[in-house]
Amino acid sequence: MRERGLRARDMLRGDLEGEELERYVEERVVMTNFDKLLNWGRANSCFPLTFGLACCAIEAPIALVGSPRYDLARFGAEALRASPRQADLIILSGRVSIKMAPVVRRLYDQMLEPKWAISMGACSSSGGMFSNYAVVQGADKFMPIDLHIPGCPPRPEAVLYGFTKLQRKIMGNPDQGWRQRYNAAGTEEWARGGPRSEPSPEAAEAYEAARELIRA
Amino acid sequence: MAELAMTDGTLDTEVMTINIGPHHPATHGVLRLVVDLEGEVVRDLKPVIGYVHTGIEKSCEDKSYWKVIPFVERMDYVSYFFQMEAFCGAVERLIDLEIPPRAKYLRTIFLELNRIHSHLVWLGTTALDLGAVSMLWYCFRERDRILDLFEMATGQRMHTRYFQVGGVIEDIPRGFEAKLRQFVAEMPVRVGQYQALLDRNEVFLSRTKGTGIVPRERLLELGVTGPLLRAAGEPWDLRKAFDYLVYPEMDFKIPVGTVGDNYDRYRVRVAEMVESTRIVEQALDALPEGPFIADDRKYVLPPRSELPTSMESLIHHFKLVTEGYRVEAGEVYYAIESPRGELGCFVLADGSAKPARVHFRDPSFVNLQAFKNMSVGGYVADMIASLGMLDPILGGVDR
Amino acid sequence: MPDAPGLELIRGEVEQDHPGAILDTGFDRDQPALVVDPAQILAVLAWLRDAPGQGYRFLSSLHAADYLPAEPRFGVHYELLNRDRVERLRVKAMLRDPSAAGPVVGGGGALRAGHGPSSTPPTAAPPTGEEQLPEIDSCVELFPTAEFQEREVFDFFGIFFRGHPDLTRILLPEDYVGWPQRRDFPIGGEPVTFTYNERTYG
Repeated sequence: MRERGLRARDMLRGDLEGEELERYVEERVVMTNFDKLLNWGRANSCFPLTFGLACCAIEAPIALVGSPRYDLARFGAEALRASPRQADLIILSGRVSIKMAPVVRRLYDQMLEPKWAISMGACSSSGGMFSNYAVVQGADKFMPIDLHIPGCPPRPEAVLYGFTKLQRKIMGNPDQGWRQRYNAAGTEEWARGGPRSEPSPEAAEAYEAARELIRA
Repeated sequence: MAELAMTDGTLDTEVMTINIGPHHPATHGVLRLVVDLEGEVVRDLKPVIGYVHTGIEKSCEDKSYWKVIPFVERMDYVSYFFQMEAFCGAVERLIDLEIPPRAKYLRTIFLELNRIHSHLVWLGTTALDLGAVSMLWYCFRERDRILDLFEMATGQRMHTRYFQVGGVIEDIPRGFEAKLRQFVAEMPVRVGQYQALLDRNEVFLSRTKGTGIVPRERLLELGVTGPLLRAAGEPWDLRKAFDYLVYPEMDFKIPVGTVGDNYDRYRVRVAEMVESTRIVEQALDALPEGPFIADDRKYVLPPRSELPTSMESLIHHFKLVTEGYRVEAGEVYYAIESPRGELGCFVLADGSAKPARVHFRDPSFVNLQAFKNMSVGGYVADMIASLGMLDPILGGVDR
Repeated sequence: MPDAPGLELIRGEVEQDHPGAILDTGFDRDQPALVVDPAQILAVLAWLRDAPGQGYRFLSSLHAADYLPAEPRFGVHYELLNRDRVERLRVKAMLRDPSAAGPVVGGGGALRAGHGPSSTPPTAAPPTGEEQLPEIDSCVELFPTAEFQEREVFDFFGIFFRGHPDLTRILLPEDYVGWPQRRDFPIGGEPVTFTYNERTYG
């Protein structure tokens, strides 16, 4: 934020020139109308994944989508998709146990960009009341989460409020890739031979190239 | 499903092992099934569980008795009042505390409301699995009304922490009774509507009639209880067998099936919903006045209105909130009838303020052993129907 | 429940057929309990199930508890139920922890009466390694409901059930090391970060 403030000051003073000025304009001034339209479309027709872990799953998606009172369809998100390849949004509803964490991570990886993750409830946001050997203390430990919703379980209205917040985030953020969103270079997977294997030379090269792209 | 037609032997078949993974729309929660299929016939089945294991039993050993109640609620997350009752009942037996009659009636009312709630969730999701998609919306409409009642009385929709050792935490508010009576009057009509939708539906009938049959003796050997056992013809219900709370004074029937197939299981649970409504009505009619929690200040928090004036109450309150009460060494096993079967709670006390061992005999965990018997030899689609009718709640299975 | 004299009667009858099987009886908070020598547990359970007049044919629950620091440390509990008379009976088998520098758990073939299931060699070998696990016979042949429940006890306490068809971890990941519900296993988890300890844990 401070950096942006300083650059804004430079811009107003006329100090930014050339390439810097172009970059500033590109980043800051205007998002093309087409991008805005695209983001509006993405936000208002999110396809959540049918994914429920524990108690929060009864409140959402079942009570949200499957209940006539708290209706997620009015936000366009009623098309629940069972396959992660077709879903945009994964709502981690429930406690993530140590046995389930790799499964959740794999599901998240199978989803295609652009994708978002909502951590619903206290258990997936931070381990909840279960501070013990069996629960991952927050899904943040192994996957990027866009929105955390507190509660145990959160009321459906709270989830809907969180969902509208996510919609605003989708609409406001021009860059959809989550690796860029979180500056998460270095999280790519490559075909591994085991938990501590080294990448093959080709994979390592590709990995470095991807890293350069993100840094640029 | 005795013989399934094999072609004239020129086809080459092979047994295929597939994984119906923890993430699947038809598994009720994170249940993983490793299924050996020959064509569409299930030859072998192995459930892999533990994907939502939360270490609740171990966590409970670290908390005082009072604090264990919210943990224990979250095991079988659809029938939370039952877990509270099992634990509070076990501790009450350990400390030999008698709960007042009003508390007993209130507990019974909430337990039966929770039973209706659990059966509604079951019916909605199972019908969804079998293709009757609109049942989900109808059942959840009623479920929202029950949750409104819970919220009115306790402040929370789910995981209400309402039962405490000694009674219930708070009396029901004004207006609760009227709303409950309204609900009770309408519920049988709604159940009639569900039956009108499903009972004579050709697809539903052909999917559930004659599928998933396990003989009664085998179910007993496997330790299966609850509606599954009753559908097979065994009239075993812990509410009638053991006297706890106010069930001896209630007049209700236990629905019992004949064949033990999936259709019988469906009918038994739907009939149980109606019976539970009757129990709620009777309990509401007979609800006595009086205290809603026991008077013993050693175990029960004094009312807050007394705290500014009575030093003794303040000391009791302080002791109970900081350390908690101590329970003499001993062990007890207390079982109640939850919507899925026998829910037993084993509490081992060692004289300190924290239980030394809390173990729950969860009905879904034991009932899951019958799943193999229900599915092997049948089609995959029947396996899905059986899974729905088995009604496992993975929170209880995995604890 | 069989009351206190009924419990003594049961003890007497079991003693006739299987001497030395019942070590103690308890009647705590109106719940009868029999403490049984782990080597003869199958005999006692079979007697309770099959003897005419007993008929405890339903095993409600099989679970274990860790009585540390008392010795013997592990108690395997069998909650039996007689559905005809609606009576519960608890059978406990107390096991020592062999890795705690104590004698190996009793229960060689010589002590057991010749029962079919327990005289066949176990189908699963106890895990090799430095750790020795307390062992007891599996009652899956008598009560098939014990299958998952014994696996759970093995998973959490490390009690090995001889003769169980598939004794593997059931609720924890297969490669998990340790027996979480033993009392000397740490509870795990993370300390909660507050502002005063943010630097250490935040």
